[in-house]
Amino acid sequence: MSNVASEKMLEFKDVDVFYGPIQALRQVSMHINKGEIVSLIGSNGAGKSTLLMSIFGQPRASAGQIIYCGQEITKKSAHFVASNGIAQSPEGRRVFPDMTVEENLLMGTIPIGMAHADEDIQHMFNLFPRLKERRNQRSSTMSGGEQQMLAIARALMSRPRLLLLDEPSLGLAPIIVKQIFSILKDVSGTGMTIFLVEQNANHALKLSDRGYVMVNGQIRMTGTGQELLVNPEVRDAYLGGH
Amino acid sequence: MSSSINIKKSVIDTLLAGLLSLIVFGPVIGILLDGYDFTTRPSLLLTMVAIVMVGRFAISLFVQSEKGQMMLYKHQNNDDGVIVLPPGHKSKMVYIVPIAIIIGLVAPFVATKYILTVLILGLIYVLLGLGLNIVVGLAGLLDLGFVGFYAIGAYGLSLGYQYLGFGFWSMLPLAAIMAAVAGAILGFPVLRMHGDYLAIVTLGFGEIIRLILTNWTSFTGGPNGVYAPLPTLFGLEFERRAKQGGTPFHEFFNLPYDSGLKYVFIYLSLFMVVCAVLYIKHRLVKMPIGRAWEALREDEIACRSLGLNHVLIKLSAFMMGASTGGLAGVFFATYQGFVNPTSFTFFESALILAIVVLGGLGSTVGVVIAAFVLTVTPEMLREVADFRVLIFGLLMVVMMIWRPRGLVRITRTGFAVRKGVA
Ligand SMILES: Nc1ncnc2c1ncn2[C@@H]1O[C@H](COP(=O)(O)OP(=O)(O)OP(=O)(O)O)[C@@H](O)[C@H]1O
Ligand SMILES: [Mg+2]
Repeated sequence: MSNVASEKMLEFKDVDVFYGPIQALRQVSMHINKGEIVSLIGSNGAGKSTLLMSIFGQPRASAGQIIYCGQEITKKSAHFVASNGIAQSPEGRRVFPDMTVEENLLMGTIPIGMAHADEDIQHMFNLFPRLKERRNQRSSTMSGGEQQMLAIARALMSRPRLLLLDEPSLGLAPIIVKQIFSILKDVSGTGMTIFLVEQNANHALKLSDRGYVMVNGQIRMTGTGQELLVNPEVRDAYLGGH
Repeated sequence: MSSSINIKKSVIDTLLAGLLSLIVFGPVIGILLDGYDFTTRPSLLLTMVAIVMVGRFAISLFVQSEKGQMMLYKHQNNDDGVIVLPPGHKSKMVYIVPIAIIIGLVAPFVATKYILTVLILGLIYVLLGLGLNIVVGLAGLLDLGFVGFYAIGAYGLSLGYQYLGFGFWSMLPLAAIMAAVAGAILGFPVLRMHGDYLAIVTLGFGEIIRLILTNWTSFTGGPNGVYAPLPTLFGLEFERRAKQGGTPFHEFFNLPYDSGLKYVFIYLSLFMVVCAVLYIKHRLVKMPIGRAWEALREDEIACRSLGLNHVLIKLSAFMMGASTGGLAGVFFATYQGFVNPTSFTFFESALILAIVVLGGLGSTVGVVIAAFVLTVTPEMLREVADFRVLIFGLLMVVMMIWRPRGLVRITRTGFAVRKGVA
């Protein structure tokens, strides 16, 4: 884990985000290096999803800078961000219910066009064999785990360099979580950078190179995955205090 | 699933139905008011009740039979969404479409003038249905003020002719554009709204348009309405005497004047436009914009996570729908020869929405069928004109019970990879 090039892929500099009068992010600074898996943990309402969405400008940062590969994207449109190599799988596996698995995957190509669609769909079917079996099934009829796999696969269809995942383990059985996390590890092995927002701190930190802990819209702690896993404060708050 | 027939249950059902119908029909049919007096009609009442009871008994028996059980089962499992066919699927429409086009082209030459006018009305509602279908069916934005765009198209033709001297063919595209602009103007403020709120605002929009048309008497003629010109064929006019500075068609060809001829011509032009709109819509649905509309209806957050600009998508749906409504308005005006605000009430919006819902949200074929059913049936029911709205209501209730997802299940061909398309 130490051989990761320390070239910054995404950086937050003192970012503030408001929902009307409510401040959801306070002076958030963090960064993700190329090729890393970085996770962000924190309790409900800490502002994790807000941080992730602010990369797409929804909501927009009111102060500070978001820099992606050396370019400031704080004020760029969501379309610009999506078509320049950042993909996200939003919280709560938002698949298109009346579309089939294949159609959902094709929707994932919208930011970049369909030039590689066939090849990439095959690739997704190799990563997630379950999806292949269900390729013509409407996604609303699939199980939660399958929908989550589909949501991740759909995000991968735009050939991102940086993949943002918001709580991929939400509501899934431990065995499926394991499966999904091991797939993420494989994906990261191909050089993709992954930013993971998770409640499931144990799994997430084991997988990650580094992690951030967010409390009330602020970054409270940071360190390698291992460091955070053994940190007593983290253990108390997020790992059930063993 | 037991297929043994329980006669006792059927008898109870039948008696209940009989009792209910006695209560309902008793005052309605059994008693005939006659000035301050009334007469009773027990025989008629008993016949009606008997019909209901026999019918109920038959249905009860049928439902308990094996076939009936199958049907019930199918029906109950019938309302869970779209059927998606594999992308390569060759639909039967390949054969149906050319036949429909040929029938459509031949129809005006064999139909009587009356039937022709009904057909024209039907086609106008097809256009309206298709337009609203984009907004409600595809993009999932509930619009209760669609009649506003219809009015803009109709008045566009009339006023464009009156003030600017534009004829039918120049106003046709202009009215579509005007309606689209109105769609955008309506679209902007309501973009952040969903469901009920959107419905209320659009409802208000439709009423505002109607009130302007009614009250701005100096410009629109108010309740008296305005004249609308007929379409011309390369400068040839279809009226007895030329009004728009051309030559009347019948004089040019030395034919006797036939007032039905103008309807034939309106019908044919309308038919072409409807075919063109159907074709364009068919293509749009397969293009990224069509997919974006459907994606927006299905999940807005997922749409945003793909970087889709939901503002643009909603606006484009509003504008496309509105311009189709505008086209319909132009044809309506020319068909009537005259427009006034009473044609653009909320009832009209409700009727168009009914067409879309009955047809099956998002289903093109369904909309076409529903448009004809809802415009032709009232014509056929002329004799029982008093009951038209009642029958209309009954039809709706029955439909919503038996086919909650519309006449035609939305069946769409799945989209597949298209090479070289961004
Ligand atoms: N659209 C919104 N409007 C107003 N406030 C919001 C909105 N979205 C989030 N918030 C508020 O911002 C804060 C952070 O929310 P966020 O969704 O980022 O939390 P989270 O860390 O993702 O929590 P969870 O783990 O439960 O998903 C919360 O207090 C929430 O109430
Ligand atoms: Mg969240």
